Amino acid sequence: MNPNATQPCGCSARDGKADASLQVPLLALFGGAALWLVAGLALGLIAGIKFHAPDFLGACPLLTYGRVVAAANNLVLYGFAIPAALGVMLWVLTRSSRMPLVLPLVPVAAANIWHLGVLVGVAGIFLGGSTGYPWLEFSRAAAVLQFTAFLLIAVSAAATLGWRREQELFPAHWFIYAALVWFAWTYSSANLFLNGVFPPRGVVQNIIDWWFTNNLLFVWLGLAGLGIGFYLLPRLGGRPLTCSGLTLFGFLGLIFFGTWCGIPIGAPVPAWLPVVSIVAALLTVPAIIALGLVSLRTALGAQAKCLGGPLCFTRFGLLMFFVSSLLYLLNFCPKVGPIVQFTWFGFGLTQLQLLGFFAMIVFGGIYEALPEVMGRPLPFAGLVRVHFFANMIGVLLFTVPLLIGGVAQGLKLLDATAPFADSTQTALKFLRISSLGQLFILVGAGLFALNLFVMTLQWKLALVKSLIAAAKAPLPDAEVKA
Amino acid sequence: MKTSYGVFFAVLAALGASWAGFVLGPLIQLGAAQQTTVLNSTDVYPIQRPGLAAMGAQVYRSYGCAACHTRQVQQTGISFEVVLTSPGKDPVTVSNLLSTLKLTALTKEAADTAAKTLTDAGGKTETHLSATGADISRGWGSRHSVAADYLYDVPVELGTLRAGPDLANIGQRNPDANWQLVHLYAPKAVVKDSAMPSFKFLFQVRPVGAAPSPDALKLPAGFEAPAGMEVVPTAEGAELAAYLLSLHADAPLYEAPYTPATAKP
Repeated sequence: MNPNATQPCGCSARDGKADASLQVPLLALFGGAALWLVAGLALGLIAGIKFHAPDFLGACPLLTYGRVVAAANNLVLYGFAIPAALGVMLWVLTRSSRMPLVLPLVPVAAANIWHLGVLVGVAGIFLGGSTGYPWLEFSRAAAVLQFTAFLLIAVSAAATLGWRREQELFPAHWFIYAALVWFAWTYSSANLFLNGVFPPRGVVQNIIDWWFTNNLLFVWLGLAGLGIGFYLLPRLGGRPLTCSGLTLFGFLGLIFFGTWCGIPIGAPVPAWLPVVSIVAALLTVPAIIALGLVSLRTALGAQAKCLGGPLCFTRFGLLMFFVSSLLYLLNFCPKVGPIVQFTWFGFGLTQLQLLGFFAMIVFGGIYEALPEVMGRPLPFAGLVRVHFFANMIGVLLFTVPLLIGGVAQGLKLLDATAPFADSTQTALKFLRISSLGQLFILVGAGLFALNLFVMTLQWKLALVKSLIAAAKAPLPDAEVKA
Repeated sequence: MKTSYGVFFAVLAALGASWAGFVLGPLIQLGAAQQTTVLNSTDVYPIQRPGLAAMGAQVYRSYGCAACHTRQVQQTGISFEVVLTSPGKDPVTVSNLLSTLKLTALTKEAADTAAKTLTDAGGKTETHLSATGADISRGWGSRHSVAADYLYDVPVELGTLRAGPDLANIGQRNPDANWQLVHLYAPKAVVKDSAMPSFKFLFQVRPVGAAPSPDALKLPAGFEAPAGMEVVPTAEGAELAAYLLSLHADAPLYEAPYTPATAKP
């Protein structure tokens, strides 16, 4: 846990100048992200309750299930996961480049533009302005704001990386660098086609949306999450990442083959498209296994013990990357895909990717970065451990029933002799357990937000105090004479 | 990879390839798709939805109906059926043959053999093609959905979850406008174990005026409006119902052939 240990990952010792440059950008990115996370999880819980009691809040047209669930998903992904990960990435890049953040004001502006975009997008969904494409529901205005904000952050990140003092690129760099290009390309391309003035004809819309969703929820989350994880794990465990060759193999496999997954079997599109995805999914499996092996060997060799701190978050997140990625690729297995399509399996899997893998690693990164950058301990350091266990138990309770229930529901759907209502009833039993999991995750997120907001408040108070002290201080002699 | 150039070019190549394959490729193949012709007919397919239904598609999108309903029928295979249209000159032989031959749920080869046996005996036959699969058995459609079904839709909402039944052919399965409206107003009034929430905000409960409105819902017993009141759909409610009634995607096509029931004798 010693940040000054030998530098297995290019992580440098504390650097006052770099810390100062990161304070405001990180608080701006994380603060908004924590707020959206709590809001998104609360909406997710409301959406879940609507399945137990269909007419819950049913009189309000703003809060139909379709709107609430879209808002909840978008808030967790665009409101929390992406900006929080971008903040942690900036911290990783400054640390591993041994540089202060280049253009520190740019990410501050970008954070505010991004969070404004999220607000515009979510308000749009509630008012009926969703585009109707899964994971691209935000309106055109919101997409423009988000893309601008992302470019600004990417400029600052790329400049920090380009002017680095530490010349060697570490595996964490490959992943983060790739993630920056990946999001800019996929998000702009998908929005230009689907959210532009002339949407393409018919199912081309869906094909582009599947391409985007796969590249965001599988490849991008993988790149960004592993980039952060492969920096944190050696740093916290005090041991370098093992097997650089295996990491490279996994990285290349993920970007070259993972990017071709995503077209569901049986989709109403020309048959070559799902076939390409089936082959690509098969070719991605070795890459996922390689990346899992690297994580496992590095985690096993760690000198530090896992006591509910950032190391636990990182380890659990990496494990869930392995599990969720293999389950995701299973969707493209011709024997399994037709069973689980159109069931709760897909929803549960996405939640596992987002909350089990990605959010876990990002939480670990934030809990590690914030005290260091702010130069003060977390206000309620004990709550970190509570958050870890709440989130871990919550994620398992939330997603495992959905995954199992999805398979049970799918088998009923494929059995033409069973009435349709049977499939719904089967899933409902599992949904009841999963709502309990959502509650755990929400409580954990509340603790996370509490730590973050109190810390921001303390920092602001200290800033005001130092300003008052500066104002009250006697003027230097030179100025008095003038 | 020790330099950022290596990473940059690897990323460019990887993402560029999938972009060309999954964005550019489909745009070239399907981006200029036109109406096609219905199999064994001169009718064109699909036709644009009428105005009210087109507005209803936006209501469907706006309330997020696709969160619980898919709009795509899946099929696992096809099967053939041999139908005797005329016994010919030798009805006894043919009818004896009929009792020995298997004529339904055949493969193409078996259907051809059976048809040949019957024709050789002097009968006249037709071979009918039908799609198979759980969705087809449930009556959700006569064939699987294909790209042509969505030609004019923006956005195309295929759906990802079947918390409710598939809606690809709901307009054909329940062509009764009153049924659709009552189902939106009080789902349990027409589907006993429905898990759908009621969309009461798409309706107005108002006092009956000088004469009852022709648009007023005919509600089943137990779900009637209070005495002296009537339930009338709002503009959005009427549009949504018109859209649901317009959902009808089972024209036989070259890429999704089947023999429509009306062609059977």
